[in-house]
Amino acid sequence: MADLSINLAGIKSPNPFWLASAPPTNTGYQVQRAFEAGWGGAVWKTLGEPIINVSSRFAAVHFNGQRVAGFNNIELITDRPLEVNLKEIYETKKRFPNHAIIASLMVEPTQEKWHEIVKRVEAIGVDGLELNFGCPHGMAERGMGAASGQQPDLVQAQTTWVKEVATTPVIVKLTPNITDITVVARSAVQGGADAISMINTINSLAGVDIHSWNTLPNVGGQGAHGGYCGPAVKPIALSMVAECARDLGVGVPISGIGGISTWQDVVEFMLMGATGIQVCTAVMHHGFRIVEEMIDGLNNYLDDKGLASVTELIGKSVSRYSNWGDLDLNYKVVARINEENCINCNKCHIACEDASHQCIDMLTNADGKAILQVREEDCVGCNLCSIVCPAEGAIDMIPLENGAAPLTWNERQKVISSLNGSYSEAEVV
Amino acid sequence: MDHTSPLTTFTPDMFMRNFAEAEPGLTRKGAIEESNRCLYCYDAPCIKACPTSINIPSFIKRIATDNMKGSAQTIMDSNPVGASCARVCPTEELCEGACVLNDASAPIQIGLLQRYATDWAINSGVQLFTAGVSNGKKVAIIGGGPAGLSAARELAREGFGVVIYEAKSLAGGLDTHGIVSFRLPQSISLWEVEQVEKLGVEIRTGVKVGIDITVEELKANYDAIVLAAGMGYVPPIGIEGEKLAGVYDAIELVESTKTGIPTLELMGQRVAVIGAGNTAIDAATCSVRLGAANVKMVYRRTREEMTAYDFEYEFAKQDGVEFSWLTLPKRIVGDELGNVTGLECVQMKLTGETGKDGRLVPMPVEGSEFIMPLEAVVVAIGQKRRTDLIDALGLKHNWGIVDIDEATYRTSDPQIYAAGDIVFGSGKGEAMVVSAAQQGKEAAYAIVKQYLGQQDSVVGSAV
Repeated sequence: MADLSINLAGIKSPNPFWLASAPPTNTGYQVQRAFEAGWGGAVWKTLGEPIINVSSRFAAVHFNGQRVAGFNNIELITDRPLEVNLKEIYETKKRFPNHAIIASLMVEPTQEKWHEIVKRVEAIGVDGLELNFGCPHGMAERGMGAASGQQPDLVQAQTTWVKEVATTPVIVKLTPNITDITVVARSAVQGGADAISMINTINSLAGVDIHSWNTLPNVGGQGAHGGYCGPAVKPIALSMVAECARDLGVGVPISGIGGISTWQDVVEFMLMGATGIQVCTAVMHHGFRIVEEMIDGLNNYLDDKGLASVTELIGKSVSRYSNWGDLDLNYKVVARINEENCINCNKCHIACEDASHQCIDMLTNADGKAILQVREEDCVGCNLCSIVCPAEGAIDMIPLENGAAPLTWNERQKVISSLNGSYSEAEVV
Repeated sequence: MDHTSPLTTFTPDMFMRNFAEAEPGLTRKGAIEESNRCLYCYDAPCIKACPTSINIPSFIKRIATDNMKGSAQTIMDSNPVGASCARVCPTEELCEGACVLNDASAPIQIGLLQRYATDWAINSGVQLFTAGVSNGKKVAIIGGGPAGLSAARELAREGFGVVIYEAKSLAGGLDTHGIVSFRLPQSISLWEVEQVEKLGVEIRTGVKVGIDITVEELKANYDAIVLAAGMGYVPPIGIEGEKLAGVYDAIELVESTKTGIPTLELMGQRVAVIGAGNTAIDAATCSVRLGAANVKMVYRRTREEMTAYDFEYEFAKQDGVEFSWLTLPKRIVGDELGNVTGLECVQMKLTGETGKDGRLVPMPVEGSEFIMPLEAVVVAIGQKRRTDLIDALGLKHNWGIVDIDEATYRTSDPQIYAAGDIVFGSGKGEAMVVSAAQQGKEAAYAIVKQYLGQQDSVVGSAV
């Protein structure tokens, strides 16, 4: 059994599995149930001036008969008085002293308001603070959440105000609803953030009911944009984590959030630079018990890989993620179809024929059996056939040794500009 | 199923229960899950395995995307008796047998999905197709079974005036009369008949060609004729005792259960079914469900040589049917009142020699005669050919199998085409409803080509 414990910017947790600030962390009852189930930490549902929520609040995107590929909400921060939340945080921390409880905070962007809430919350004993600069709906209209998270100067200023009084580690939670997340991440760090967490939800409209023509969700026939999360957003979250992890101007621990539903997702986020992760949608879908399979899967994986601690995963793939301009133009892979595993669905053929480079032929072999064959000289190694192939082990992507030395676009441009001073196509970064 | 002691009588309740459709249809959730499992293969092997070439991935995708009308249209467009075929097709030999998922996981339940879509069409009452603009040509169709209905439907969509002459009081042929209700309820077949009628096809039931209307009249009044009269009842087996009371024709037995409680009484009786094809199985399971105390299938060869499909065999075993392999009936034994009391049989053995049909030849074992005590014998050794009708039409034939041009289904009389069981020859496997449907379509396309000089496929006119 590997050591699953983590230390994220000074916040210790028995495992990397935290609940994100969201409906599952609304009350002490819920967080205590979560800790009993095995969650290592919880970011409490955002504290602030209690709000009034609407009904209904959630909608989901289902895909090909599977429920909840993506999830959308228009719920706001806590609707309960601060003193009630603080009392329950106190009771929960007392019962679970070794678990991480982080208070998510959101107030109006003034120094006074931030000082006040930080002092009150830290007074009852939390392990850290997470500043919610990400919520894309409802609070943004009041100048909070994503509205401040989209302005690097406001992020920096508010982080600074918090750090002026905070005694526990401060995590700044970032919104993905921005062009370049590293800009805001750097601002948070300049403001003194001890860590960053990402991503908050993405602006979304879950759908339109094609029969009633109402939005999903809707409140008495009227809808508004919400925040999107769940498995569908994982690649977006992962890329943002990776961009921050490899940005030297960021350089603080990352708490990864966005569509994490399995232990494999956790491994991916940690390999891409996350020190720990947060989960919400998977719990909304399946309940707290889902953590049992996540812990067990992660444990077995670490044992299989011979890793003594989960922290050995952190950032191991970051160096393998760079810019397009740094990719080797001379590297070549081609698809190869293994007849013995092929089930002849012809999905590869039609995908290649209609959407790629027309290099998979439907043939008949000497025994009269239908076979599929790649014309390797025309294959560009795009992976499409192996992506659509439903049969295990039927298509391999094989690297071809072509003898050419590695050459990236950026290297090529340098050579060209050194040969011809007037040629000045930009590097790709 | 109700299995009762010989003392009780067969009640309407038992009939309702025992003859209700045995296999449940898919639920909506089941259909959504199963349809989403389909890989949507390109140039899909299931389509090639379907005699009517239903675009199976397409109809399944339409179920998955909640387009039930489109799904039903896709099925029925290729197969005018697609609702019946969803229930009676030997799918593991056809579409499902060809599914690429057979070895990877489990084949898609194409038959059940097809039933789900066609059931939707039946329940919604929506009309799937319309008739074409009249072209002034008239076609008579002899026989309102799968082949005749298919030909009629396609001709009507092309604007032909079509009249079906059906000898029985209801059209649908074998689907209406000859397949047990617990596999194919009559209402399904009658819906298919109704779909064809809605295209303006007139069905004159209770009319026998050559008796109620002359061949000359037909030939004078129609531009073309399609002969799709199928086959008849079971031929004589040629052993002593065939006329005894308690000897039944398997097809008549099944037919008698299709419209209500049959008058024949098998309650508590011991029954032997002679034969081992699909009709024999139907007759055996029918007998069980009519309350027979014991049902044995008597077959002179073995399990290996029987022509019934595996799923039919399994179904019969589940119904408690017993099998007497390598047993040749010699004589039906009766009492002085003329009632069946037994079946004298002789044991057989396989000689190891292979016959003309590729099956091992069975030989009697000398001195092994025995009498099987029983009260009823059901004969299911094939179907009679409609030689009289074929002769009346003056068509060339080979032992009742009408000679046709394989490409056009045209007979020796250029005005007459033939399709379905009436052209089905021995040694060509099992006569299937789905093949009859395809032949009916092809005969129709040949007529379209001949009389309108058009392409040989019907241009769709889906509603």
